Amino acid sequence: MTRETLLNIVLFAILPTTALVAFALDEPFIITLATKAAILALAGVGLNIALGLGGLVSFGHAAFFGLGGYAMGILASHAQSYTPLMETPFLIEGTKSMLVIWGVAIVASALAALAIGALSLRTTGVYFIMITLAFGQMLYYFAISWPAYGGEDGLSIYVRNDFPGLNTLDPIQFFAIAFGILAIVLFGAGRLAKARFGLALSAARQNAERVETVGLTPFRLRLVAFVISGAVTGLAGALFADLNRFVSPTMFSWHTSGEIMVFVILGGVGRLFGPVAGAALYILLEHTLGGLSEFWHVYLGLLLLLVVLFARGGLIGTIAGREVAHD
Amino acid sequence: MSTILLIEQVLNGLQFGVMLFLMAAGLTLIFGVMGLINLAHGSLYMVGAFAAAAVAGWTGSFALALVAALAASATAGALVELLVIRRLYDRDHLDQVLATFALILIFSEGTRWLFGSFPLFLDVPAALAGPIMLPGGILYPLYRLVIIGVGLLVAAGVFWLIAKTRIGIQIRAGEADREMIAALGIDISKLYTMVFALGAALAGLAGALVGAIQSVQVGMGEPVLILAFVVIVIGGIGSIKGALVGSILVGLTDTLGGVLLPPLFATFMPASSATSVGSAVASMAIYILMVGVLLFKPSGLFGGK
Amino acid sequence: MKLRTLIAAASIAALGAGMAYADGSKVKVGMITTLSGGGAGLGIDVRDGFVLAAKGNDNLELVIEDDQRKPDIAVQLTDKLIQSEKVDVLTGIIWSNLAMAVVPAATAQGKFYLSPNAGPSALAGKGCSPLYFNVAWQNDAFYEAGGMWASDNGIEKVFLMAPNYPAGTDGMNGFKRTFKGEVVGEVYTKLGQTDYAAEIAQIRASDADTVYFFLPGGMGISFMKQFAGSGVEKNVMGPAFSFDQGILGAIGDAALGVKNTSHWSKDIDNAANKKFVADFQAEYGRLPSLYAAQGYDTALLLQSAMGKADVKDAAAFQAALEEADFASVRGDFAFAPNHHPIQDIYMREVIKEGDVVTNKIIGVASSDHQDVYGADCKM
Repeated sequence: MTRETLLNIVLFAILPTTALVAFALDEPFIITLATKAAILALAGVGLNIALGLGGLVSFGHAAFFGLGGYAMGILASHAQSYTPLMETPFLIEGTKSMLVIWGVAIVASALAALAIGALSLRTTGVYFIMITLAFGQMLYYFAISWPAYGGEDGLSIYVRNDFPGLNTLDPIQFFAIAFGILAIVLFGAGRLAKARFGLALSAARQNAERVETVGLTPFRLRLVAFVISGAVTGLAGALFADLNRFVSPTMFSWHTSGEIMVFVILGGVGRLFGPVAGAALYILLEHTLGGLSEFWHVYLGLLLLLVVLFARGGLIGTIAGREVAHD
Repeated sequence: MSTILLIEQVLNGLQFGVMLFLMAAGLTLIFGVMGLINLAHGSLYMVGAFAAAAVAGWTGSFALALVAALAASATAGALVELLVIRRLYDRDHLDQVLATFALILIFSEGTRWLFGSFPLFLDVPAALAGPIMLPGGILYPLYRLVIIGVGLLVAAGVFWLIAKTRIGIQIRAGEADREMIAALGIDISKLYTMVFALGAALAGLAGALVGAIQSVQVGMGEPVLILAFVVIVIGGIGSIKGALVGSILVGLTDTLGGVLLPPLFATFMPASSATSVGSAVASMAIYILMVGVLLFKPSGLFGGK
Repeated sequence: MKLRTLIAAASIAALGAGMAYADGSKVKVGMITTLSGGGAGLGIDVRDGFVLAAKGNDNLELVIEDDQRKPDIAVQLTDKLIQSEKVDVLTGIIWSNLAMAVVPAATAQGKFYLSPNAGPSALAGKGCSPLYFNVAWQNDAFYEAGGMWASDNGIEKVFLMAPNYPAGTDGMNGFKRTFKGEVVGEVYTKLGQTDYAAEIAQIRASDADTVYFFLPGGMGISFMKQFAGSGVEKNVMGPAFSFDQGILGAIGDAALGVKNTSHWSKDIDNAANKKFVADFQAEYGRLPSLYAAQGYDTALLLQSAMGKADVKDAAAFQAALEEADFASVRGDFAFAPNHHPIQDIYMREVIKEGDVVTNKIIGVASSDHQDVYGADCKM
């Protein structure tokens, strides 16, 4: 067992342990924080498929996060007010079922990722970073100024959506849902990295010409990775909206894209469990530093800076060493 | 819409573009020479504006305020380069984005800690206040004409610096071949610090000039930063000429989009929704422009690679 | 994010011995407000006003949290304050979009919410709650009063301008609801826009006699400075948000002569207000803003109810709040059936007192103003 595998097991155990201890001590807010960490980690895992595996530095993943959130907000608000989403050409009703909402969130963000990816992947390097940012900003301004679903005010959903057999308003049960999804996606992402597709994608990141000579198209590989990545982040967005029972255009802002990226880099780019470590650390910092000073952003900034400058490879890279399986 | 109004709006678009150029020039210079994405460029803009507002408050002199803005932002830029940025040149863009994102947090909250949470006061000097009559009967604020003038002067200055001076030759050589220039005995790290401080000073100058007609507050740099990125991406990263063309394009698109789109939508929509839908599309216009340009020219209008 | 402020018993002497709290029942208050990032000035004023009014009351324990102006953080803090800190009453939200996220979450968990700012229409109408009290205003109040004053004072043609988001369009609709003259132009700008040259050119080209605008924070500062420099000669009106004390300092002389509607001004002539203005300046060394006044009134209202009922008895505490038995710094203050204020809205003009740019009341724009959404409220 390598050090990284050992570390991964510890990281995997941290969130549920925290949640269970908090449950035993009757500290529901700590469970909520652990849930938030699991959901943000999921968004990070999504980005990491494009970023770590495919080398695609997307600065616009907030677009998918927000689309997932709005999929939940729009469907649930129609269900809440008993008005259909559309009547012609065929009737579409709102829903309060999480499973349906997740499906819609995944499909919507995958389609958006397909369109954005098909256009953006024509560029590389900084241009790719900036064009993804531009798409994110477009959706942000659209969400703010489109009046139908609350504009900047966002949408409030008074009760969480339903999951068969569970009471989703109970913090520990909702945590179980979020963590369950994170576990499934982590497993899938791990398999993906080791599968033929993942290896080809990694190869395309390292040397695109060589991949072409064996008859694969880097563009197609990257596009598929971008779509999977967007869909996972969209699913995280739907869960995040359900956690807060609220969606707003903030989910689309470039700060959100930046934060998702911070989780990935903080934990370690390309490491399967990097986003889990990053999101957990970020939330821990947010809540401990916030208690120290009104100007806690200064300390957060300094800490991030130190990580980038002196802890290359992020948290996991520092602890587990520089070896990465697929590099 | 009358022709006069249209001309005035074109002038406004130009002026907005020139303001953007002051920001974008530094950003593109730093990227071109050092290959660095600097998200903290907006913070240097803010430093310039705050320094100008503070000095104008103490002395009452706008000229001194401008000097202070240049000095403060150049110093801040040089310090940041020495302490942080120079460790990032050989890193990938990802690390640069994260590190300079961290710098934004530090600068913003640090400024709030020093100056408080309320916006500061900085006004146009009395000699430049008020409008003047342009030929054709357009009443136009003098200060905005001055901004256009300063911006064009800076543009000329930067072109001259790059094309004609020794430093410019070194900069161009550095862009082309980093190892070679070091081998020729030129102190590359000193050159980098200078270029970074120069870019910072341009941002600070923009902050002070613009601060006089806008709001001097924490976070003022971020919207401008995003616009400046759009500009240099459209123009081609690293190209000063591209930054100038990109600035003007973005300035015109943003201004004329906001003015022309709502009435355009009103021709085929009910007036009440046309204003809000038109405004919604107008606020996305520059991003649509950017995507459009990149589809046809994936490395911008004047991008080399 | 935990800035715990236990209102110290030590300062009780400063308040005078006369104040006693009836049954001595304790109330734990959770304040979620904006203390860092953009717009922190407003949250700081609400907090300072509230703390000033609650000073010396050792039955009132206050936990303050910073929402960073992010709706998701605000909702999570609501859960934290209710679930971990076990607060009885919540307050503090500045922005409508955050209120829309927090208020339903708080009232659904059976907690009182007192709004010291922000009154989105949904919460005044269909979404009203017996546990939700707005101590500030319904969002449209200042605009409706502005429209009334403009109609009564010979203003015929106005040019409207606001950012393209709900608070902006709602505000302009509020103005149009009561304004009898003609709206000759209407522009909705990008949220966060800082350059208004294009809009000013449109205003110049229009035949409006008055510009009526709502641009909060830095947007308003930028617009006023640019408008003053453009040489366009038109009246300027707006709601108080763009001309409040925290902002006037940054606009300077460019704001002189602007008319703005507000429910509070530091020159309202009553004893409570004089004491508030003097105490606030003595405590913090700056002039209070309307946000500080709202924070102060919120704490006064809460303490008046604490003197009458136990917060654990929700029905009795609600009835005690409904009485609004406190000396508001705004003068007369009562709650309508939908728990939103009935109060006078004044017209103020920006003037210069010595070196300080500030506001002066020039008349009442709408007396006993009440919002129009109450009809939809079924409690």
